[in-house]
Amino acid sequence: MTSEAMPHPSPVAAAMSLCRREIVRFLRQRNRIIGAIGQPIIFWLLFGTGLSGVFKASGQGGGDESFTVYFFPGTLLLIVLFTAIFATISIIEDRNEGFLQSVLVSPIPRWSMVLGKVLGGTILAVGQAMLFLLLSFFVGITLSVGQFLAIFAILVVAAVGLTSLGFWLAWRMDSTQGFHAVMNLLLMPMWLLSGAFFPIPANDAITSTGQWVLSWVMTLNPVTYALGAIRRIMHAETAPSFLGGEATGDYWLPGVGLGVTITVLFAVVMFALACQAAKKTRRGDWI
Amino acid sequence: MISPRAVSIENVSHRYGKRQALDQVSLAIDPGEIFVFLGPNGGGKSTLFRLLSTLMSLQQGEISILGHGVRSHKQQVRQQLGVVFQMPSLDKKLTVLENIYQQAALYGVTGQTLHDRTELLLSKLELADRRHDIVEDLSGGLRRRVELAKGMLHSPKVLLLDEPSTGLDPAARQAMWRYLEFLRSDQGVTVVLTSHLLEEAEKADRIAILDQGKLVALDTPDALKESIGGDTITIRTRQPQGLIERLQTELNLAATEVSEFVRLETEDGPGTIRAIMQVASDQVDAITLAKPSLEDVFIHMTGRQFTEEVKP
Repeated sequence: MTSEAMPHPSPVAAAMSLCRREIVRFLRQRNRIIGAIGQPIIFWLLFGTGLSGVFKASGQGGGDESFTVYFFPGTLLLIVLFTAIFATISIIEDRNEGFLQSVLVSPIPRWSMVLGKVLGGTILAVGQAMLFLLLSFFVGITLSVGQFLAIFAILVVAAVGLTSLGFWLAWRMDSTQGFHAVMNLLLMPMWLLSGAFFPIPANDAITSTGQWVLSWVMTLNPVTYALGAIRRIMHAETAPSFLGGEATGDYWLPGVGLGVTITVLFAVVMFALACQAAKKTRRGDWI
Repeated sequence: MISPRAVSIENVSHRYGKRQALDQVSLAIDPGEIFVFLGPNGGGKSTLFRLLSTLMSLQQGEISILGHGVRSHKQQVRQQLGVVFQMPSLDKKLTVLENIYQQAALYGVTGQTLHDRTELLLSKLELADRRHDIVEDLSGGLRRRVELAKGMLHSPKVLLLDEPSTGLDPAARQAMWRYLEFLRSDQGVTVVLTSHLLEEAEKADRIAILDQGKLVALDTPDALKESIGGDTITIRTRQPQGLIERLQTELNLAATEVSEFVRLETEDGPGTIRAIMQVASDQVDAITLAKPSLEDVFIHMTGRQFTEEVKP
């Protein structure tokens, strides 16, 4: 039979090739590099310095440590989130530019395509976050090799989850404009309400319905757990005040174990959902 | 064992919502054929292409490629098919070679085979010195050749092309056809393409004419032209309906109006023209005589001119 003579693709090799494509494309689009690295740094500098006065006044920071330090883990996750978003927006571009067609009619399984996209997005996201992490030395955060590696590992898992989420959302969309709406309504709030920006009110300290809602949303937000774990690891040996005023009982921060568990679960579930979505034929598959 | 048909289509119908895009289409394509699906825009050929390429799922009927059903053996079908899309499928940010390697990974072409296939295709399609160019910087004709190289990389037995001539100048179009004919004669590849260009369809071994989702004709170009026989006379006139009535009453000729021209088929072209000029020269602005073309076949089958838009 002729079919036996045909070469068979390896799904993993195909995914690796698609992943490499993501990285090559990224490196060839300079504005993407500048945007992805520049924006979080600007955010961090502006908010960090701008809000440190407020932060100090409210006593959340404890001692003299500034908001720039509190805000550091949040910025790390922001970089991961932004890059993951841009990486998955590219699925819409792939669709509109026609590249996706040839992947869809090829014999590779759909999960291989998703894996390529997610891995590519993850490498880009974590790569940039690690560059930013090097900055930590300049703001007085000292990390041991163990801490550095632990943060790296959590960022990788978080990036897999967020890229898969992005893929799952972007798969059904025909325009990048549509994705921007989702980004503003879902992804940015996910980040803002993760404890990156301000700590999560503890149950005992809730005084209003608004706070109660906020606390629930933040507790249900998967990004909260990645952030909590990173924040705890980052400040394990420094002032406990950076754990978001937990010591005073006003705020809540998930533990490392819980944080890692939820982050892993989130990644697994989102990846499965993305693969499931990619299996279905949809109108935008043909142009 | 009987070798399976290259492509077999049985009772395939397809709807987009209320619109019937394909209506009970059945036909078979033999291995080694160059086969053209010809039809005006909206005729159903793009829908058929999407179904054949497995981009879209079958609603009704059966399609099999080299004996593998697209429903039950999607994987095998995809393995056997080379697909060249009308809409470019290249990654514009990558080089020619990177695009080819990407395709290779999707089809499992590796090692020495990949090297040999790449070199063969690049030289055959005259792309060898452009291999490191970013696709963005290539002309439309060159990009189309890279698409062809991509489609043929894994040596498929059936090559499927959607409107491959779109955006090609005549020289590039000829070069493409030379390559398709080479594939067929040298490697026995079955070449299936869609086209809305009549002159392109002339080059096919067989043509299927699709109109409003129906298969209206299926044969070799010559047989199709012979089937309507004789000569075709086309008359330009200011009053088509008046002339048609006059031809009917005075000469007993059955003529039809097609896009403001009066058109009729006849066994004896020159004799008929003389007769028409004797009785109705005052109404004739111009009169032409031609052997039937594929356009005439289409008009004969559908009563409309090929380029005429179908009113929904």
